[in-house]
Amino acid sequence: MAAVASRDLGAPLLEAPAAPSAPGGRRGRTPRVWRFVVLLLAGLYFLVPLYAALRFALKTSQGRTSITAFTSIPHQQGFMPAFTLSLRLALVTTVITLLLMVPTAVYVHLRLPGLRRLFDGITILPIVIPPVVLIVGVLQVAPRRLKGTPYLLALEYAVLAMPFAYRSLDAGLRAIDLKTLFEASRSLGGGWFKTILRVVLPNLRAALLAATVLTVALVLGEYTMANLDQYATVPVWIVSFDQDNSHVSVAVSLLALVVTWVFLLAISSLGWRRSRRAVRAGLA
Amino acid sequence: MTAVTAAAVGASPDSAPGSGTGTASGSPVELVDLCRSFGATRALDHLSLTVAPGELVALLGPSGCGKTTALRVLAGFETADSGRVVVQGREISRVPAQRRDMGMVFQSYSLFPNLNARDNVAFGLRMRGRKSADRRAQAAEMLELVGLASQADQYPHQLSGGQQQRVALARALAIEPSVLLLDEPLSALDAKVRLQLRDQIRALQTRLGTTTLFVTHDQEEALSMADRVGVMQSGRIEQIDTPSALYENPGSPFVAEFVGLMNRLPGTVDGAGAAVLGRVLPIRNQHRFPLGTSVDVLVRPEGLGLTPAEDGRHEVVAKTFLGSLTRVSVAVDGRMVLVDQPSETAARLVPGHRVDVAVVGATVLVADSTPPAAVPAAATVAADPS
Repeated sequence: MAAVASRDLGAPLLEAPAAPSAPGGRRGRTPRVWRFVVLLLAGLYFLVPLYAALRFALKTSQGRTSITAFTSIPHQQGFMPAFTLSLRLALVTTVITLLLMVPTAVYVHLRLPGLRRLFDGITILPIVIPPVVLIVGVLQVAPRRLKGTPYLLALEYAVLAMPFAYRSLDAGLRAIDLKTLFEASRSLGGGWFKTILRVVLPNLRAALLAATVLTVALVLGEYTMANLDQYATVPVWIVSFDQDNSHVSVAVSLLALVVTWVFLLAISSLGWRRSRRAVRAGLA
Repeated sequence: MTAVTAAAVGASPDSAPGSGTGTASGSPVELVDLCRSFGATRALDHLSLTVAPGELVALLGPSGCGKTTALRVLAGFETADSGRVVVQGREISRVPAQRRDMGMVFQSYSLFPNLNARDNVAFGLRMRGRKSADRRAQAAEMLELVGLASQADQYPHQLSGGQQQRVALARALAIEPSVLLLDEPLSALDAKVRLQLRDQIRALQTRLGTTTLFVTHDQEEALSMADRVGVMQSGRIEQIDTPSALYENPGSPFVAEFVGLMNRLPGTVDGAGAAVLGRVLPIRNQHRFPLGTSVDVLVRPEGLGLTPAEDGRHEVVAKTFLGSLTRVSVAVDGRMVLVDQPSETAARLVPGHRVDVAVVGATVLVADSTPPAAVPAAATVAADPS
């Protein structure tokens, strides 16, 4: 197998030295077999319940196989408002989270590197604090105008997403020489805003995507806070609908999973395609 | 002489600032009485420096001497506790870095990873609101200048370290800065590339006539590139002068030992001079040693001579072949002393031979006496001349 550094795409592949075949090929084969076994077990663990749910959703109450449970979803009472509310909340929460977290993470790395550990600790708090306490906390500080609107829930979700978003951004910032890039930009005439826009954000693309993906996934699947605040998001609607028609309810759960998955794939492939384009342009 | 530092000593009258530059279109720079402390550490201690238009001045010194802090204060990345920064007659001490009009090349690779070489070079022009066509033309011209026109579409991770620093140089020069700042730009590169890039930077700086401040801890780099070299210690410039003047007339033992090789020989203060190896030679530096004090006399390897003698007082310990010269290590009163000899003469010497060592220079420097280091066993060292 040719040993080629993954970044050194400009190097002639044919000149790459061939790695000597490992003496005793069995040693190389054994981990590969284990990898396959672990992958298979993990796959089964996730796929068997999904398969069971799919089978259940495809059966009618009379025991016949039908896709009626799926086709009837958009016509179910309350589904479309719940779906659009969940999407709106995902969008607003992501915007709030990134607007708060990006400047904070950049500032901490650039100006307060000594406080990085403290921030690591602070940002993990939403995971250990019960959601009810977070809700009360947000209610205390939220502007009066927001109370009674679903955007209050977006504020609560922003707190909940903080540990994941901050950690993604922190990892991205650790991977670049932020101080030097910032100073290089400033020496060339770039102010703070332009430097963040043109230098920091493009180099944090992977971290931004990770933060977005995690925030969106969290919002689309969150039940406790929405239920406590009495907003009918998709997870809340599924639970309440379950009591009337369990086949449709399982079908919606599966569909929500697929929609979330497709959405996350779309976000990830956006970043993947852009980086591929950049590499291809470099090779041209 | 237009460029003088308040703290500098021993500047020779023949030093000519900017003499190495073809044109002198750059801006004059003055650092006036700068002080900067980090907690209890004083990084700059009343440092003053004047750089003439088009001149390349190197700040040379050991780690922690304050040379990088001086550069960063000039760039605007640090603020001095007191003192002034003046460029082209205008005080810019409170002007933010992005409005100082200075190009900088950093020690670590600082190209923007998301931009290709062309866009990196054009970045400063974009920040200045120049039109796209202008930017592309100027970037292409600068890349041509550093010999990387064919790499314009490459991203930083596709360039070697030397190429990245050349792009960084092109990027810094593309904005036609009033001052170019070089913060140890060669230290991350391997020896061969460093040598090539050193010459390229100097040639380019000479051609463009940009006033340049260069910070390094590598004396060879400083002496080979700069019009003048300022040797720094503890936040002050010990001495600033032309490379040859620094080497030949160091003003203090610190400068003498930091720039080039220096032997320490045991001696005694004797009237106006120092008694060493049977001669009394005038002392060049100021000192407060009373008559009869034991001191170390500082002499360069080429300031000593060797005479083979069967009953000689000293013993050859080792030889290092350096091409036309051979560096002979001789044990002198329990100390290892290096003597440069023409290789033809040194060929006759073998470790274990007895020799007499004498000072051939006219004056010497004296410093506090230090205990002699152990002399290793005799051995021949033949460095590969290639």
